Amino acid sequence: MPIISMREALNQAMNEEMERDPDVFLMGEEVGYYNGAYKVSQGLLQTFSERRVIDAPIAEMGFAGIGVGAAMVGLRPIIEFMTFNFSLVAIDQIVNNAAKIYQMSAGQFCVPIVFRGPGGPAVQVAAQHSQSLESFYANVPGLKVVMPATAYDSKGLLKTAIRDDNPVVFIESETLYGVTSEVPEEEYLIPMGKGDIKREGQHVTLVAWSKMVHTCLDAAGELATMDIEAEVVDPRSLRPLDNEIITDSVRKTGRCVIVEVGWPHCGFGAEIAFQVQRDCLDHLDAPVERVTSDDVPMPYALNLENEVQPQVKDVVAAVKRVLYLE
Amino acid sequence: MAQIIGLPKLSPTMEEGVLVKWIKGEGDAVEPGDLVAEVETDKANMDFNLEDEGVLLKLLVEEGDTVKLGAPVAILGEEGEDIASLLTEVDAMRAGGGQAAVPAAESAPPAAPSAAPPAPTAPPAPTAPAAVAAQPAAAPAPSSGRVLASPLAKTLAIELGIDLRTIQGTGPGGRIVERDVRAAAQGAPSAAPAVPAVAAPTPAAAVPAAAVPAVAAPTPAVAQVPAARETSLAVVPPAAPPRLAETDSDYRDEPLSGVRKTIAQRMLAAKRDIPHFYLTRSFDVAAMLAFRKRLNELLDGRGKVSVNDLIVKAVALALRRVPECNASFMDAVIRYHNRVHIGVAVASDRGLITPVVRDADLKGLSVIAAEVRDLAQRARDRRLKVHEIQGSTFTVSNLGMFGIESFQAIVNPPEGGILAVGTVVDQPVVVDGELTVARRMTVTLSCDHRVIDGALGARYLAELVELLEKPESLAL
Amino acid sequence: MPSIYPLARTCNGYAQYIPRSIVRPRQLSYPSRPMSTPEQARIDPVDEEPEPVTKEELMPLYRQMLAIRRLEEASAKAYSQGKIGGFLHLVIGQEAVCVGAIATIGQDDYVVATYREHGHAYAKGIPARPILAELFGKKTGLVKGLGGSMHLFDKETNFLGGHGIVGGHVPIGAGAAFKAKYRGEKRVTLCFFGEGASTIGGFSEGVALTALWKLPMVLICENNLYSMGTPLYRSLAVEDVSMRALSHGMARDRFDGDDVIKVKRRIAVAVERARETNEPTLVEVRTYRFRGHSMSDPGLYRTKDEVAEWKRRDPIRHSRQRLVEDCGVGEEELKELENEVKAEIADAVRFAEDSPPADEYFPYVIKE
Repeated sequence: MPIISMREALNQAMNEEMERDPDVFLMGEEVGYYNGAYKVSQGLLQTFSERRVIDAPIAEMGFAGIGVGAAMVGLRPIIEFMTFNFSLVAIDQIVNNAAKIYQMSAGQFCVPIVFRGPGGPAVQVAAQHSQSLESFYANVPGLKVVMPATAYDSKGLLKTAIRDDNPVVFIESETLYGVTSEVPEEEYLIPMGKGDIKREGQHVTLVAWSKMVHTCLDAAGELATMDIEAEVVDPRSLRPLDNEIITDSVRKTGRCVIVEVGWPHCGFGAEIAFQVQRDCLDHLDAPVERVTSDDVPMPYALNLENEVQPQVKDVVAAVKRVLYLE
Repeated sequence: MAQIIGLPKLSPTMEEGVLVKWIKGEGDAVEPGDLVAEVETDKANMDFNLEDEGVLLKLLVEEGDTVKLGAPVAILGEEGEDIASLLTEVDAMRAGGGQAAVPAAESAPPAAPSAAPPAPTAPPAPTAPAAVAAQPAAAPAPSSGRVLASPLAKTLAIELGIDLRTIQGTGPGGRIVERDVRAAAQGAPSAAPAVPAVAAPTPAAAVPAAAVPAVAAPTPAVAQVPAARETSLAVVPPAAPPRLAETDSDYRDEPLSGVRKTIAQRMLAAKRDIPHFYLTRSFDVAAMLAFRKRLNELLDGRGKVSVNDLIVKAVALALRRVPECNASFMDAVIRYHNRVHIGVAVASDRGLITPVVRDADLKGLSVIAAEVRDLAQRARDRRLKVHEIQGSTFTVSNLGMFGIESFQAIVNPPEGGILAVGTVVDQPVVVDGELTVARRMTVTLSCDHRVIDGALGARYLAELVELLEKPESLAL
Repeated sequence: MPSIYPLARTCNGYAQYIPRSIVRPRQLSYPSRPMSTPEQARIDPVDEEPEPVTKEELMPLYRQMLAIRRLEEASAKAYSQGKIGGFLHLVIGQEAVCVGAIATIGQDDYVVATYREHGHAYAKGIPARPILAELFGKKTGLVKGLGGSMHLFDKETNFLGGHGIVGGHVPIGAGAAFKAKYRGEKRVTLCFFGEGASTIGGFSEGVALTALWKLPMVLICENNLYSMGTPLYRSLAVEDVSMRALSHGMARDRFDGDDVIKVKRRIAVAVERARETNEPTLVEVRTYRFRGHSMSDPGLYRTKDEVAEWKRRDPIRHSRQRLVEDCGVGEEELKELENEVKAEIADAVRFAEDSPPADEYFPYVIKE
């Protein structure tokens, strides 16, 4: 099986879906001649022409809204945000329009659109470019929110997202674009709302998505040297959320640590924590723990930036807390 | 930095303890988790483990001393460290009734040394093997009266039949966590040994520790040794009357042991607070004795079932039939127990102890027999674990082996009732108009009238007698 | 003579001058005299010759405008009876704009409108019954009681919605136009908005992209002189919204909106342009709403005289007059038509009242 990067996997997914369905098009800043700010759309312009790979000027609200309108009347746009931080200037289109039109029109108009791009902190891009906005979007009924952690998941989920009849917020991670995994050559789809156990263990459940899956896997490796077997559960999509895979795991381990790179207050992990306590109360041996970034805008200096974000040591410490090993 | 070690709370209701035996001596190095002493509490002999590292620089109490909770018992520090100031502080604490930090806290450096060894306040109690591995609480015990346990620990405790009140939590604030319950279930102290619950149970739910209902004045009876003498209850051999020297006073003051004190307090409270009433019935035991004989033939030496075992089983099954009697008065509510745990009174040289046969309604007679025998033996040896003497929902007290025909027992709170069992007596009875002799036994049910009314108690006794007169039903 | 740039205030010790054009009389209290008269707001000369018209062309437009007015009057009444809740924005007084504009397009063409869209919906071909039932929050409503007054959508007539966020629907209209161009369809999109939307980002970005990509859309600004309670001069530096087209190299037009025939003729030019060349047009139509911004608006920001004066330019009365004077329609025929309209709306009100209440909302959150 070929081993490819997440960047290539996303590119393949778009390529295949645009090949399959002439109504799919890609629109965003620098997606065409520049080949994508992060080269995710490399080569698509050559394959599909300017008609379907459309360089947009800096007008996120405008082109996100054009995507919504086009989706209402039958097209399947992929709207790329250079980073999801810029989605904030288009959030009116995503939240007020994309998420609501299916309901406001009582099912007459659906909005099959994908908003995708990198989200979360990259490296030293400071406060305005280092935000994890999944908690914002996951709060909105009518949206689906996907956050893949591997090349394999990215391809299967993006293809599913493009075919979905609902608006999908598909948040990638810049720091993961180069992460590689085995991706089959034959076509496959991964349903949204189905999580994945990235590592099995019986002592503690680590729930994480996107970049933090890798932090948790590193932490699990370190914990294994202390004879603590951590189970790493990746829900892969936050909305719909595979509550079952999380609760099954917590019922098994009795302990749950949720790791997210977002802010603590009202972060998505709080929702998972609620569901875990509701569904696993009698199985919990310790309060559900969360590891998050610090409650601050992201500082620029590398050492500070690292300090703000969850590190392997923070995950290990949280696991020890729920195991009463401190 | 040297520190004063205070007496930790080793049982939920403990207010003071007798330092039975020092395991470590002055100058000994200790590591966290080391057993340093045995302490007799109101419940049982408990292990006193230290959670600090250092050298025992000074032992402040002698074996046999009664020590208030938190009162200084030792000074821990580094080899050669000057503890003069701490000793002064200890004196000050004793004078002021102050407490050392439990288990340890840094002390302030005060003034001049003036170390007077504390006077023993009680004669040494006989040392006994530690029944339960003990460990001081990780943090000062909360006094909220709630058992602090993780939900998983609670779920597990139900599954494994562990009484959480008997477990010392090792989690934050003394929370009982999964490992504590598992350790308790294995019965052996592991990395985190099971120790008495850190939180006091709610007063109403508190089960008297080693207390057994006292016995009302026995009615004079024909001293008739029952045909089947009980083996599970030991007879205390009569002590020789002490020779009185001319100059001796006419009495002897014996300091109360922890057990005795608890019995005194709880029985007084029970008799004072519980509106007792009593129902007595006698019944024919011929079928029961024959049934027991047949059982023992079948067992063929692989165990022995006593009359008391049959009664324990019958009492339990009758509670299943009349579950309203398996209840506790809890002030605001009446708690109906879903499980039947029968306390069995056992005499020991320290007083009466009531070990518990859990789920007696579900257990076979041979299991009950073996369990009661084992519990009774260990009760006499003081090797019962705290959880083995807690949690009963109803008690059986049998004085038949002493020839007592009938008596009235004191309800063992928070239970709703207690059955007092007398001896087997040959009695003249009229059968079909003919005078004949029958073997009969008398039982008296003491009820807490707040929970059990007369008719209900009578119904219970009727079920009990039916079970015992048709003892085959005990095997169903 | 005062200087052209009156001294306004000092800042950091330097005098700050503010261009006279934006220094207006401060309104410390509610106006005592009209702030905008029809004459002040007029774009076209008063003595302009009206477009020639036939009865066949004007009668249906008159009927539509009348039906919209009756429908909205019935809504206002139902609102006062508590049968309609929430926000209710009436288009009364502005009917000529939506009716005249939508008369230029077909069923396949798209209309995207604001929250003041009952008239546009009716003009696009949606019957009064489902519109009123929707306002009443009934199961038989156009969107099953899920949208209400502000969110009318109809797939059949390609009515892409009433939208509640000012300006946010302009890019959606551009999206519909984008699709038509992407697929090579000859469909045109009409996007309606108020002049108050011209200051928000969604409008600016929508116009910029529509012009850049040459999307077949006609952007129609219904300039009713007040963005909610704020008059033009206090919200726009340049009161001619169509001027925004110039910076994007886009075609523009601007005219008075009380003659439905004029609206139809002028919009038809823009629609033709879009259909044949994909070139968009930005049109400003001056109009006036007779009612408050919404039902809760007492209209204290304008005088009764002002409203009364504008009512003399009532587009419905104007059309009726032309039917009588220019088309020779008899009073009897008009009465008959008016009774027919009255009956239609009365029937729709009954239908709405008798309909079962809305009863479901989960099926339309996520399409399975």
